[in-house]
Amino acid sequence: MKYIDEFRDRNLALQIASQIKSEADPAKHYQFMEFCGGHTHAISRFGIVDLLPNHVEMIHGPGCPVCILPVGRVQTAISLSHIPGLILCTYGDMLRIPTTDGMSLLKAKAAGADVRMVYSSIDAVNIAQNNPDRQVVFFAIGFETTVPPTAVALQQARAANLKNFSVYCNHVLTPPAIAHILQSPEVRELGLVQLDGFIGPAHVSVVIGSQPYDYFAEEFQKPVVIAGFEPLDVMQAILMLIRQINTNRIEVENEFSRAVLQNGNLKAQQTVADVFELRRTFEWRGLGVIPYSALKIKAEYADFDAELRFPIEERSIADNKACECGAILRGVKRPQDCKIFGTVCTPDNPIGSCMVSSEGACAAHYRYGRFRDHQSSISARV
Amino acid sequence: MCLAIPACVEKLTTDNHAIVNLSGIRKTVSLALVENIQPGDYVIVHVGFALQRLDPAEAERTLAFFAEMSSLDNQI
Amino acid sequence: MSSIKVKSGYVRALDLKHGHVEMAHGSGGRATAQLIEQLFVAAFDNAILRLLNDQACFPSSGGRMVMSTDSHVITPLFFPGGNIGSLSVHGTINDIAMSGAQPRYLAASFILEEGFPLIDLKRIVDSMAEAARNAKVPIVTGDTKVVERGSGDGVFITTTGLGWVPDGIDISAHRASPGDKILVSGFLGDHGVAVMAQRENLSFDTTIESDSAPLHELVAHMITVVPDIHALRDPTRGGLATALNEIARQSSVGMLVQEEYLPIRESVNAACEFLGLDPLYIANEGKLIAICSPADAENLLTAMQAHPLGKHAAIIGEVIEDTHCFIQMQTRFGGRRIVDWLNGEQLPRIC
Ligand code: SF4
Repeated sequence: MKYIDEFRDRNLALQIASQIKSEADPAKHYQFMEFCGGHTHAISRFGIVDLLPNHVEMIHGPGCPVCILPVGRVQTAISLSHIPGLILCTYGDMLRIPTTDGMSLLKAKAAGADVRMVYSSIDAVNIAQNNPDRQVVFFAIGFETTVPPTAVALQQARAANLKNFSVYCNHVLTPPAIAHILQSPEVRELGLVQLDGFIGPAHVSVVIGSQPYDYFAEEFQKPVVIAGFEPLDVMQAILMLIRQINTNRIEVENEFSRAVLQNGNLKAQQTVADVFELRRTFEWRGLGVIPYSALKIKAEYADFDAELRFPIEERSIADNKACECGAILRGVKRPQDCKIFGTVCTPDNPIGSCMVSSEGACAAHYRYGRFRDHQSSISARV
Repeated sequence: MCLAIPACVEKLTTDNHAIVNLSGIRKTVSLALVENIQPGDYVIVHVGFALQRLDPAEAERTLAFFAEMSSLDNQI
Repeated sequence: MSSIKVKSGYVRALDLKHGHVEMAHGSGGRATAQLIEQLFVAAFDNAILRLLNDQACFPSSGGRMVMSTDSHVITPLFFPGGNIGSLSVHGTINDIAMSGAQPRYLAASFILEEGFPLIDLKRIVDSMAEAARNAKVPIVTGDTKVVERGSGDGVFITTTGLGWVPDGIDISAHRASPGDKILVSGFLGDHGVAVMAQRENLSFDTTIESDSAPLHELVAHMITVVPDIHALRDPTRGGLATALNEIARQSSVGMLVQEEYLPIRESVNAACEFLGLDPLYIANEGKLIAICSPADAENLLTAMQAHPLGKHAAIIGEVIEDTHCFIQMQTRFGGRRIVDWLNGEQLPRIC
């Protein structure tokens, strides 16, 4: 697979690993946050931790749109699916997310609701076109990457004058969440581990560009390296962060230059601006309410907004008190520090946001890394 | 994260769509979010949309940078 | 054709081209007899079945017998490389073969949905017959029921198999012990990807075909070379990852798998990249996992590779001591990770 396999080369990985080892100052403890679930996934799936020296630590951020979606919103989607005759379309990721009473869209489907998995937002529009006498709601989730496809779907629905299509919009934005992690009031309460730098999102940045991160470098004095989702990209980004710190630089660097431009994809941004505007506040599961951190459908497209078309009440459902996601997402605690990790809370029965998709910090540790808790030595260390 | 992968544009089809190929897997994707895509280009595909053209020169540069690192390391 | 009043009890000739399954075909009356004789018996034809008894009667050779049953439901019914018919024959033959036994007889039970086209049913039955003939395992008894339209999904097939274990063979998933080697017989994930490619909401094009195949001859060949194979399993639903976890739990051991030795086609990997799936969890229908002592491993590998269904066999890892029964994988990239049980059905992801 061109442009994939080259970025998974073991020999190059070992070389970068030994470079990291030789350049990382043994007297320092480096703590970097990868914001994106994509990076968390790469780190777990390829076992990157084993290639890093002990004093270079990765903290898994909240960058998974599935994990951070509040349970109340999933519950709303389930209620929508129960409206007689309605077809609820969504991405495969959302089907299994459990609500507090143990329901999920998959279970709603089993109970008779017409819930359909789509691969693309356009599939949902097609379903609406093929079922003119039924209401079709697209339960949309995702970061900046997934917003433009939803915007195109809405434009197409309007152009086709579809009366039976609407979108339940749950699109969220990356930069406000990063800022929130660095400066929210909870930081005072929970504390915040010294974060020495960020690995910036790959595909989000394809759309928004590298420029929005300048703010973090300037305002918070944190180095940022935007990196692709292949394991060599991640290793290289870690090395670049170490170099910035060792040379006292604080900049936004772009390791993913093969796909990220400074200004991103302007056509995609325009499409989004045509359809969406900022939401005043939005609740993130595990982080709380974050101002201007999500999108809503503009007035011009109000006819296609499921939140206006159907009576929907905002529900906020708190997570279990034992859940430490808030602290984990800020790097203060690790999944294995949570009292119910791996016992009550497992990927089959997620209690908190970090266990929901395999990209959450707890799920990644459970699915890929928990053997390390039981082993004192790992032979694969370099 | 957002699952997206680079695939090669094999041919342009009607309605601003294209067929992309990733190691023998072919899929139709929308080109509504990109401009001036030609067959042979690599695009980053996400939920059935091409999100960006991949810049082959930059990809080479990044890979060369990795390789440079390894030759550097060999000298140590 | 206009609707003609027919005498009760009169049965028109089975119209295999344009006809459909009707409730009468399951009523036990003449229509049932006709369907059985003109379709099933004609296709599966063998001396035992021809007697048209409600049971099959055959001599037994003594020794240990093995029995296994498997219900087959699949969407779509037809896929590149096979259909529900051939799959239902191979599936049960393989379940029998994983004990080291030679499968001898099959029984097949059909649940048909009212309205299902007879022409499709014939295609399915013909491919079952062909699969059974090629495998030299006759279908000697069976049953047919019809459910009302809407209560089924076209065709469900349950097959049951019977086989004999050769003397001296003791193959069981609780026999894996630390130090043992783990082998697989070929490329992983072909079946699952071939089937997924046919589902309309995922629509992608590929030339990958299902690997559906009967493994008993491969197994027979393997046990002549290495009689003391400890465990065999065919990694069907849930793929390699699930099968390894099952064996590890049954044997109370762990495993360490080397990613770089896993035989996976590039196109299967590519399909998984597109859909956000892990090939280790994708179903196979013509592959087996074998576990044997390290001393036997090379011989077993050579034996497998000498058989057409084991050409791409590989040693992929070893059994280790681990009270947690973790399956660990040394990644191609140089790190380690767990290969956990699958949680729920694998669904395509966008993030
Ligand atoms: S293990 Fe579960 S409950 Fe504990 S912090 Fe993680 S997600 Fe929350």
